[in-house]
Amino acid sequence: MMENSHTRRSEFAITFFIKAAGYSSILLVTAIFIFLMKEGLPALGDVDLKTLFGSRWYPIEGYFGIWPLILGSLLVTVGAALVAIPLGVGTAVYISEVAPAWIKEILKPLIEILAGLPSVVLGFLGITVAVPLLRRLLDLPTGLTAFTGAVMLGLISIPTIVSIGEDALNTVPQSYRQAALALGATRWQTIWGVTLPAARSGVITAIMLGIGRALGETMAVMMVTGNAPVLPVQWNALFMPVRTMTATIASEMGEVATGSAHYHVLFFIGIVLFLLSLIVNIFASFVSSKQRRRAERVLS
Amino acid sequence: MKPMRLLNTRQQQVIGFNLLRLVSLVTVLPILGAVIYIFVRGMPAISWEFLTAVPRDGMREGGIMPAIVGTLYLTLGTAVFSVPLGVAAGIYIAEYAKDNALTRLIRIAIINLAGIPSVVYGLFGFGIFVLFLRFGTSILAASLTLSIMTLPVIISTTEEALRSVPNSFRVVSTSLGATRWQTVWRIVLPQAMPGILTGVILGLERAAGETAPILFTGAAFFLPRLPGSLLDATMALPYHIFVISTQVPGMPIQIQYGTVLVLLVFVLGMNLIATLIRSRARARRQW
Repeated sequence: MMENSHTRRSEFAITFFIKAAGYSSILLVTAIFIFLMKEGLPALGDVDLKTLFGSRWYPIEGYFGIWPLILGSLLVTVGAALVAIPLGVGTAVYISEVAPAWIKEILKPLIEILAGLPSVVLGFLGITVAVPLLRRLLDLPTGLTAFTGAVMLGLISIPTIVSIGEDALNTVPQSYRQAALALGATRWQTIWGVTLPAARSGVITAIMLGIGRALGETMAVMMVTGNAPVLPVQWNALFMPVRTMTATIASEMGEVATGSAHYHVLFFIGIVLFLLSLIVNIFASFVSSKQRRRAERVLS
Repeated sequence: MKPMRLLNTRQQQVIGFNLLRLVSLVTVLPILGAVIYIFVRGMPAISWEFLTAVPRDGMREGGIMPAIVGTLYLTLGTAVFSVPLGVAAGIYIAEYAKDNALTRLIRIAIINLAGIPSVVYGLFGFGIFVLFLRFGTSILAASLTLSIMTLPVIISTTEEALRSVPNSFRVVSTSLGATRWQTVWRIVLPQAMPGILTGVILGLERAAGETAPILFTGAAFFLPRLPGSLLDATMALPYHIFVISTQVPGMPIQIQYGTVLVLLVFVLGMNLIATLIRSRARARRQW
């Protein structure tokens, strides 16, 4: 009897802890959002809107235009997507549909190594190897450009695209492929006509999450893009230095006075980043849950 | 009339497959190249002194011991906070939660935590741990910041590992009179352990290599001694690499490659351990 009540009491305590831990992620996301708002929204009072969304970022003289930073992030992220989507999706298709088992056993750990490489290591290789190479190849004044950043970010988002994309392709039932092959399609036609379309939403999710990864990347991009907060609007902007939102926070947060306008604006940029990643991730999970529902309907 | 085709389907397939092979090669060759290159350029810098001495002469001489120890501290600190919380949360979602709106909300929250840029975690950690809770730039503040960032990885891998345990294990245990917690603790958790461990190590591996979250929460530019308490700032390998490769002029390139190599070995070592645990568990699994 004694032991029974003891068991019940400890069971109650443990269940309570587990429940609390389960809810903690809601609490944390809310706390992060509220905190960013609390520190970032005062920026709207410190700096008038025309300046905040202006085209000049020069904090020492009170110019807090975040537009060049937003466009800088977009330019680098789009560039990264152009690198990572063909390479990532191609590799995922190769691993899942074409490669013999022994090649898979080599490719998958290598992709995992890339996923585990700290971004500061990629940034380091960027400035010591890629930047001088690019400068000499294209005869540029500096190799610290948006293009260099895009290539680095592309590499960083590839593992996400490969592993989630491969998972999506693996969940396509084998019977789909067999049916296509039985109808006389080649394996290549099966991949393009049946397997990839069936895994479409999973692959889109993979791409979205990869792009989210690129958008939020900080160190590599800060080290190789040259950090010049100029509007990337010229035709050769891709081969000029730029500055992303993440790099701006990372390089300036250490030096600002707490509570100053500059401090609030950096948190405001944090809000923009938070919301952008929120949109990307909710869209990605929405797409993949739609696929799951459709798959259930097909199979039932 | 049949439309003219440049290639027959057989030729298409040969070209297509070769294209995929080429794409995969272009993807993995730089990785392999980068790892080998760092080993080749970094090895000459590695010596007993480099690993165990403090930096001298503006970090251009001596070793990187404080950065190595600092990264160990931060990784352990992250584990202390994120492992119990993350594993418990994973248990909740896999074993306790009902399929309702609240659970869906938790899932959305985890997905979003996973997507928040690391530098935004840094902002949050700076605001809440360094300023609001007055921990200052310290190991404690940096570990807590890294823990929150690592949490979603640990939660989702724990959940996945628990879900892969067949339901019959739970049914049998419950039918023998075990409570839910007894079933989880004695039956399900041991079976899921290799999967959970793999996820924990991969999460900590990411934390060990991160720079942005510790930039303003706990990393010291230069500190030629070991931190004395949890409330001290510390040097850390990733931040040290950033410092010596961009902030210190005239830094010998050999020391830079050596430091990168040490971080790489640290991170790849964790990766290797995780892979070994996973493959051993797969080989042994009876279900």
